[in-house]
Amino acid sequence: MEAYLGYFLYLLSLLTVGGIYAIFALGLNVQWGFAGLFNAGIVGFVAVGAYTYALLTTAESTFHIGGFGLPLPVGMAVAMAIAALIAGLIGLVCIRLRSDYLAIATIGIAEIIKLIFKNETDITNGPRGINKIPRSWEHFSEERFYTSWPMSWFASPEQWEAFFASLPNWYWQPLFAGTILLIVFIIYKMLERARTSPWGRMMTAIRENEPASRAAGKDVTKRRIEAFVIGAAIMGLGGALFAQHLRLIEPTNTFDPSKVTFLVWVMLIAGGSGNNRGAVLGAFLIWTIWSASELLIAGMIDLVGAVFSTLDPSILATRAGFLRMMLIGILMQVILQRYPGGILPEVRPASPKAEKTTAGATGETK
Amino acid sequence: MWDAFGFEFVNFYLIPGLVLGCIYALGAIGITLTFGILRFANFAHGEIMMSGAYIAWTLMTLVGAAGLVIHPLVALPFAAIFVIGLFLLCDRWFYKPFRKADTIKIVIASFGVMLIIRSAVQVIWGPNQIAFVRGISQPNAVLREITADWGAMIIMPNKHIWIFLGTIVLVVALGYLLNRTRIGKAMRAVSDSPDLAHVTGINVDMVIRATWIVGGVCATAAGVFLVMDTQTLETTMGFRMLLPMFAAAILGGIGKPYGAVFGGLVIGLAEELSAYPWIGDTPLLSPGYKTGVAFAIMVVMLIVRPQGLFKGRSF
Repeated sequence: MEAYLGYFLYLLSLLTVGGIYAIFALGLNVQWGFAGLFNAGIVGFVAVGAYTYALLTTAESTFHIGGFGLPLPVGMAVAMAIAALIAGLIGLVCIRLRSDYLAIATIGIAEIIKLIFKNETDITNGPRGINKIPRSWEHFSEERFYTSWPMSWFASPEQWEAFFASLPNWYWQPLFAGTILLIVFIIYKMLERARTSPWGRMMTAIRENEPASRAAGKDVTKRRIEAFVIGAAIMGLGGALFAQHLRLIEPTNTFDPSKVTFLVWVMLIAGGSGNNRGAVLGAFLIWTIWSASELLIAGMIDLVGAVFSTLDPSILATRAGFLRMMLIGILMQVILQRYPGGILPEVRPASPKAEKTTAGATGETK
Repeated sequence: MWDAFGFEFVNFYLIPGLVLGCIYALGAIGITLTFGILRFANFAHGEIMMSGAYIAWTLMTLVGAAGLVIHPLVALPFAAIFVIGLFLLCDRWFYKPFRKADTIKIVIASFGVMLIIRSAVQVIWGPNQIAFVRGISQPNAVLREITADWGAMIIMPNKHIWIFLGTIVLVVALGYLLNRTRIGKAMRAVSDSPDLAHVTGINVDMVIRATWIVGGVCATAAGVFLVMDTQTLETTMGFRMLLPMFAAAILGGIGKPYGAVFGGLVIGLAEELSAYPWIGDTPLLSPGYKTGVAFAIMVVMLIVRPQGLFKGRSF
């Protein structure tokens, strides 16, 4: 029974982190899949969301500014809003850059954002980071939540304490995973709606043929900024959930561009850019490969360590993580060359008048 | 005058800025050539530069194990051969399939190559810092004596003199190559107009190969010079150098190697001088933000004058 519980919790953690990555991938899909904006600074928006959430919801602290102890949904909503605001400002100046220039600019801006979080130690506690970030559902069992309104209305602190003591200590895991999956589902539904709406069709038109859509009277710049902001808001929300999942964030290792920006790109390309279902599928698939390869490589290390007993297994263990990254990179190259449309290629929404048409067998849309 | 102001300014801000500028300049040459001739932003350039430095270190250690101590500059040409091979293999495997496709695919591919090379280096050499050369480098005694007699003492370690000389030699050689040789002229022609160059019978494939070779030599030199300066090998240094090098290439104008050199020097100086106490006693910009200066210049440049200072190509 114990063993099954372990598998169950492993599955839940896969769903949790996979779901968070699915949110990032959906955000990127709005920017890249819908509007063709090459955002190479995903990690910047994620960091903004995570830090906003962390500063607003943690208990008061002497290490960083505030710790305002606000309710968790407020923290998440503000995280979204701030990420969107910053994306709007970036969009106003950068959106007209051509694709690779936009990539360079966004990567630079993401690094500046990280530098600010690292250097403004009074606000963010610098490289030591922010800890004790409340996690949805688990936070109910923290003293500062059950002793205050609204939980204190329902029962006294002693009763709450006894209640949480009676629950298994992983009680929050299914609830947290469920919440994230629900958020993924809601975002997915909204984006599907947006994709098939006139707005989504216009996005595709702008991406495919900018001069033509400009000639048709569409405000290309404004639409692009819209897509950029919406995508960034979704990434900001994902960042808030990322902070909840980690409970401790710091600017350098948590927001490693290769583990956030790059992995999300691989997910979207593998799943199929332009296809929301593909983005979600790609996120869960790549995340499963990523975590399963950890187990696999750990097994291999044990084997190698047993055969070559002179090697220090701890060195192998630290290096194996990079081997995973390398394999993911090669996987991406293979997908890019062999299956440019991804697993689920983009499907154009059917025109109300015509029969359903697709974007071609491989999803190649030029 | 010199005691109060110049000594500190020149030795602790100007010379380090120029050294950093030389390193950026050499890296930016490769970026600007690939951007101009192959028409894509090669994100893997920084990582290839870093791998060149690791190879040079490995050569030095291997030779050192045999009891010989060689200068990094001796190991440089051998590392460069390896780096050129790496560039050509990357081109063959990852970039060539997309040459006729959308530019953005090749950029994504280079993004992937960046991660593959960095992870490969981390797997082979481990993620920790490695000391490239041990010990504190002493200032060059002769130079200090001479300049002290003039009343303007310059403290400059030998490594910085080597970096300056190496950069000057490479830039002069590059100028000769681009202006005097057949292949160099072909490279400039392809950079200006690939279709026209193709029509006039220039072998574009050969030009592309030459681009990788020139870029590879400059990238290895930049990588080795960087580790000569900092004396430590880090796996993150490629990514750290990447954006300042892009900034230098954009500042100088894409496809303009001399613009890239100028841009590199400007970025290097701007980074170091931003920490100088221009107003009052405190640094103008906290040293923690030093690396942000390059990004800021780059972003401003992209918005205000995307063709760069020297009228490079703007897309």
